[in-house]
Amino acid sequence: MTWIPAYLSSNLLTALIFFPLAGALLLFFLPRENPGLIRNTTLLVTLVEFLLSLPVVIGFDGATAAMQFVQRVPWIPGYGIEYHVGVDGISLWLVMLTTFLMPIAILSTYEAVEKHVKEFMIFMLVLEVGMVGVFLAIDLFLFYIFWELVLIPMYFLIGVWGSERRIYSAIKFFLYTFAGSVLMLVAIIALYFHHYAVTGVYTTNLLRMYELSIPVKLQFWMFAAFALAFAFKVPMFPFHTWLPDAHVDAPTAGSVILAAVLLKMGTYGFLRFAMPLFPVAAVDLMPLVATLAVIGIIYGALVAMVQKDMKKLVAYSSVSHLGFVMLGLFAFNVQGIEGGILQMINHGVSTGALFLIVGIIYERRHTRLIEEFGGLSKVVPLYAVVFMIVTLSSVGLPGTNGFVGEFLILLGAFKTAKWFTVFAATGVILSAVYMLWMFQRVMFGKITNEKNRHLPDLKPREIAYLLPLLVMIFWIGVYPQTFLRKMDASVAAVVTRIETKRQAALGERPSGETLLARYFDVKK
Amino acid sequence: MTPITIDASAMMQGLYCILPEILIVATALFVLFVDLILPEENRRILCGVSIIGVALSLFSVFAMGPAKISGFSGAVVHDGLGAFFEIVILSACALTLLMATGYSEWEGTHKGEFYSLLLLSTSGMMFMAKGTDLMTIFLGLETLSIPIYVLVGFHRHRMSSVEGALKYFLLGAFASGFLLYGIALMYAATGTTKLPQLVPMLYDARLAANPVFLAGVGLLLVGFAFKVSLVPFHMWTPDAYEGAPTVVTAFMSAAVKAAAFAALIRVLLLTLGGLQPVLWKVLWVLSVLTMTVGNLSALVQNNVKRMLAYSSIAHAGYILVGMVSGDVLGGQASLFYLLVYAFMNIGAFGVVMLIAQKEDEGYDIENLAGIGFKYPALAGLLTLFLVSLGGIPPTAGFVGKFYLFSAAIKNGYIWLAVIGVLNSAASIYYYLRIVVYMYFLPAKGEVPVPRPPRIAFSLALCASAAVVLVLGIFPGSVLEFAERSVLSLLM
Repeated sequence: MTWIPAYLSSNLLTALIFFPLAGALLLFFLPRENPGLIRNTTLLVTLVEFLLSLPVVIGFDGATAAMQFVQRVPWIPGYGIEYHVGVDGISLWLVMLTTFLMPIAILSTYEAVEKHVKEFMIFMLVLEVGMVGVFLAIDLFLFYIFWELVLIPMYFLIGVWGSERRIYSAIKFFLYTFAGSVLMLVAIIALYFHHYAVTGVYTTNLLRMYELSIPVKLQFWMFAAFALAFAFKVPMFPFHTWLPDAHVDAPTAGSVILAAVLLKMGTYGFLRFAMPLFPVAAVDLMPLVATLAVIGIIYGALVAMVQKDMKKLVAYSSVSHLGFVMLGLFAFNVQGIEGGILQMINHGVSTGALFLIVGIIYERRHTRLIEEFGGLSKVVPLYAVVFMIVTLSSVGLPGTNGFVGEFLILLGAFKTAKWFTVFAATGVILSAVYMLWMFQRVMFGKITNEKNRHLPDLKPREIAYLLPLLVMIFWIGVYPQTFLRKMDASVAAVVTRIETKRQAALGERPSGETLLARYFDVKK
Repeated sequence: MTPITIDASAMMQGLYCILPEILIVATALFVLFVDLILPEENRRILCGVSIIGVALSLFSVFAMGPAKISGFSGAVVHDGLGAFFEIVILSACALTLLMATGYSEWEGTHKGEFYSLLLLSTSGMMFMAKGTDLMTIFLGLETLSIPIYVLVGFHRHRMSSVEGALKYFLLGAFASGFLLYGIALMYAATGTTKLPQLVPMLYDARLAANPVFLAGVGLLLVGFAFKVSLVPFHMWTPDAYEGAPTVVTAFMSAAVKAAAFAALIRVLLLTLGGLQPVLWKVLWVLSVLTMTVGNLSALVQNNVKRMLAYSSIAHAGYILVGMVSGDVLGGQASLFYLLVYAFMNIGAFGVVMLIAQKEDEGYDIENLAGIGFKYPALAGLLTLFLVSLGGIPPTAGFVGKFYLFSAAIKNGYIWLAVIGVLNSAASIYYYLRIVVYMYFLPAKGEVPVPRPPRIAFSLALCASAAVVLVLGIFPGSVLEFAERSVLSLLM
């Protein structure tokens, strides 16, 4: 970090959060009659944002678990609420994923979004503010604000620019995730007063909260409240029902961002808040979480298999993939958690690419039904190649990113939860079934539908935004060390923190204590 | 019989204490007289005169500062709490008058008595906020209510307006009766109506067990509950709000509520120390009922005005959450929320006023269809106000709810907070429904052309939006002001 002057490095994250907002304000003043200018300006803003994020990843010191590029400013001083941002090995790649995908998503809308371009771009940029903010906030209050800030632009993106059932899906998306998160707000406030009761200091600083030793019974309820909010967002079975609707009805760029980044806010929340703050409850409830994760993996895969709509298939595959991430995180060891984080990135890249690919064919044919296609590989060879690579990456073929993530997750989870892992592993096979079967029906065989005979192949613009994703697929697949190296220290610190705090909290308790006795005072 | 001596300096201090009120009353009378001599076409300036009067009064509140000034043998007091509420009430009045510049033109309420009644009602509210004697509070309440009854029925040719006014008047009269009877019973049990003398007596266990006194407290509470429309005393609200001229509805929803809460907060905060064990259960139930019934009823409304009426009931429930908590944090949260609520609710009514073409038929939610992209500024403002009413960051509505629920959690009322946040999640549905109509649905036929706002009207909307945003992002100083106000009461 030494090559960046201090005054720059301490303001870098703030610039990263609010630069898109400045871009959105700029868009206000551009003439709406010139959509091309608006599109190009937005693209430029997101590209500059990506460039701004590069010093973070380059300057990031992977040897320490501490927060870096920290900025701390009192915000509501009487109440200990601060504007406090920083980045560590856990959030680093998620921020990078966000800034990396935004230009791609914007580029994909050039022909897909024709009405109200200006508003669309403004919402996209505000969305980016929220997403980057969520991953960088270290203050609980600040985190919650960014967490909710994401909802409104996404609500509009689905509701205005979505397809048939957009209104239903938009409202469902908003209400589900909002209802989930208000209880987290209650828990945040309760934690705030608990911290005051114990230490006599009012603060919403997450790092201070980490140091608390919270009574186990309180941990249970707080974990439940946080976990509910995050489970809705991930989404875990059985809280997933908003996801297929939202994904299918969102415009392509919205689906990309929703799948690639918004869902990660949930898994990130588990790792950043629910697990280290309430380790006893988290470890005790691991069987429940892992069960839901495994159900999600298998159920998501089975439902994906029978979908007729390609986009819906990809949506359900997300449920399955995110189940893997959850299983990895709740392994509570370095392999599992690193695998989980890496799989978050992988899912962002692969599923983002899949939504783009489905979007490309939809733009040409205005249908996403698998039965409408067949034999496309002869008509659009370039498209077929890209589709193949992304499919294999999603399936987890060695050499692609998906393999590394799933392997690490299964490795980590096997150490702590053998049987869960055995069942989860069937998900790997199932994902090959539904993805390859879909690919086969769309790409191979005879051209059954005359409309498909003269489909144009990928345009330069489409190649331009797919290419970076392909590079990432192979980069992570072949040399994941680039990414793992920067998260090692932070993940190891989380694992240690969870374990030591759990031991400390359980110190005086009898060893054979049942969970009912621990949390509800129910004695045999 | 000894002649009554007049202490000139005490008299002066008393008059100084009520300087803001004097300014308002003087303006009201001035408007009334000028109205007589002014030709019909120049009536517009009456609105301007009223605005100047309100601005002067607001200035005097700031000039007097938060120092405690007691007047008229302790019947009124100018203190932090009073000043805070005067600012809320006068701001609400100013916003209403700014909007009335346009509204009166469209709906023909450019009459001297309209402004005069509005100002007189405002003066009653200010007395209510400042009263430290139950009798002053009662007189303030009556001074505020009677002009409002008239204002609700101001469109005397419209059935709904007259119906709303009559309902409001009948139930309001009952409420006044309850309140007065409660005060009488409390006087019977304690021998005083002055709050400062009443408070120490409350710690006496005999008084807390005295059925006459408890009945008095209960009736007093019922009276206030009518005025702030807590469930089950809310029956008048939807009809009165729907029937009233919209600009009056906006005023009522913000200012009347603030005034009644001002008196309630003063009485409760002072007495809660002694009465908390008895009262909190009652307040808890009232709060939960009010939030839930208000929100659930709002879910099914198709008339925007009526929806906002039910939403305002629900908001009274949220504010009561702060009262259940009963400590400084709860009090300050309620204060902060009332301030924020005034701006966001009047703002929302203001936009709706512009979009609706005519009283009565214009407020159907379908009328909003297609507004979103056609009139982005108006729709954007309404969205901002609705988002704030729903309690979504980064708006002041979120900060307000955050502190209300914080107070509940701090004092151990976790379930109240849980019910509160779930309610606020449910409320999102109907606030977003308006957004759905504005942005997501195409208009049936022509998109109605909103009325072109006058400069004053735009100013009111922009000011409200600015307050909602600024207090959402930098609430610190106002929160501290609210805290000092509550502390000044308890000192």
